[in-house]
Amino acid sequence: MNVFLDLINGGWEALMEYLSFHVLTCLIPALFIAGAIAVFLSQAAVLKYLGPKAKKITAYAMASVSGTVLAVCSCTVLPLFGSIYKRGAGIGPATAFLYSAPAINVLAIVYSAQILGYDLGIARAIGAVLFSIVVGLMMAFIFRKEEKNKNENAFAALPDNPEGKKPWQQLVFFAVMIGILVFIASKQWIIGGVLLVTLAVILWRWFSMAEIKEWMKETAFFVRRIIPWLLVGVFIAGILKVAIPESVITNVVGGNGLLANFVSSFLGSIMYFATLTEVPIVETFMDLGMGKGPALALLLAGPALSLPNMLVIRSIMGTKKTLTYVVLVVIMATITGYIFGLISA
Amino acid sequence: MDIKVLGPGCAKCHKLNEATVEAVKELGGDITVEYIQDITKILEYPVLTTPALVINEKIVSIGKALRKEEVIKLIEENADNQGDSI
Repeated sequence: MNVFLDLINGGWEALMEYLSFHVLTCLIPALFIAGAIAVFLSQAAVLKYLGPKAKKITAYAMASVSGTVLAVCSCTVLPLFGSIYKRGAGIGPATAFLYSAPAINVLAIVYSAQILGYDLGIARAIGAVLFSIVVGLMMAFIFRKEEKNKNENAFAALPDNPEGKKPWQQLVFFAVMIGILVFIASKQWIIGGVLLVTLAVILWRWFSMAEIKEWMKETAFFVRRIIPWLLVGVFIAGILKVAIPESVITNVVGGNGLLANFVSSFLGSIMYFATLTEVPIVETFMDLGMGKGPALALLLAGPALSLPNMLVIRSIMGTKKTLTYVVLVVIMATITGYIFGLISA
Repeated sequence: MDIKVLGPGCAKCHKLNEATVEAVKELGGDITVEYIQDITKILEYPVLTTPALVINEKIVSIGKALRKEEVIKLIEENADNQGDSI
């Protein structure tokens, strides 16, 4: 009975800590930015570089970074992956997108950096982008013989940006919001306040009431979708912290051995994480002695793969390609973690 | 009239499906709603993001969890596609 109470208590303490001020100040602005990205940024502008006629180099480059703009939610990642694979730039850019997208959306970057430290947060983003290109190129090379079978419908049917703001207006709008995020997170209240007023003026001058409503609706959607699962994740992380003896973690994924990196990326590829919950779980493991390298390996392989999403990917590109992809992701995450462990040691 | 909701099981997709079913109930008449969650079937349509609303095989909305009123409006606008009547 006592053990049970200890576990619940561990979960509860973790929960309270997460509801603290510094977490909220970073997460709330990030949620607003995610909402704004979904509503105001023209997805068509990005997607046209992933169509069947796109140049290969551009396609890889865009695929590896476009998750920032396109993919905050699983509604977009898998259908987009399928479209890029079947009708767009092909298997290479498609898998590059699939690998990097969950790691580089604005919420994941901000949240990882805030909770796990800036080095790990930045390493996660850079590692995801660089190694997604490697994964994509290798997939394209391995399966170079079977390509083609494309129609251009989906990408031809992209709407032009109908209610779009001018590019410089979008730039200013997002720059101001990122500024608010950065300065409030670092407790520079005065600059943060000035930027908030600026944002209010921007909204008043450039945006219609309907657009602002749409933005709030989208933000509320993210809040409802992400926060409850995140709290569940935090609670479980707190329980794990009490339940798993430190020696187990130190032995298996402590330090920065290749084996530790491999174990952590392999486990990550099987486990399912709801959006962002990989972060508190990794934090717990690190508290218990997980090395920085294996932590990064888990952050990379975790959200990119899980048993359920392997099944979906398999239905899109078949068993052979899916297995190859899984193996590549595990290897790449292992290597990335290992390199990062060496650098940060 | 034949309506399809495309969505691989995400929260927004469920919402659009619910709104569509409600809209059809309100309009009455001979309308079928099919909720397609199989991603390979979804990919047969030229949509890049979901949820998508398809009326008589024409895509009328992409990536939005529409409200019931918006769905009704789209149904009415597209009622004369292929000569079907509500």
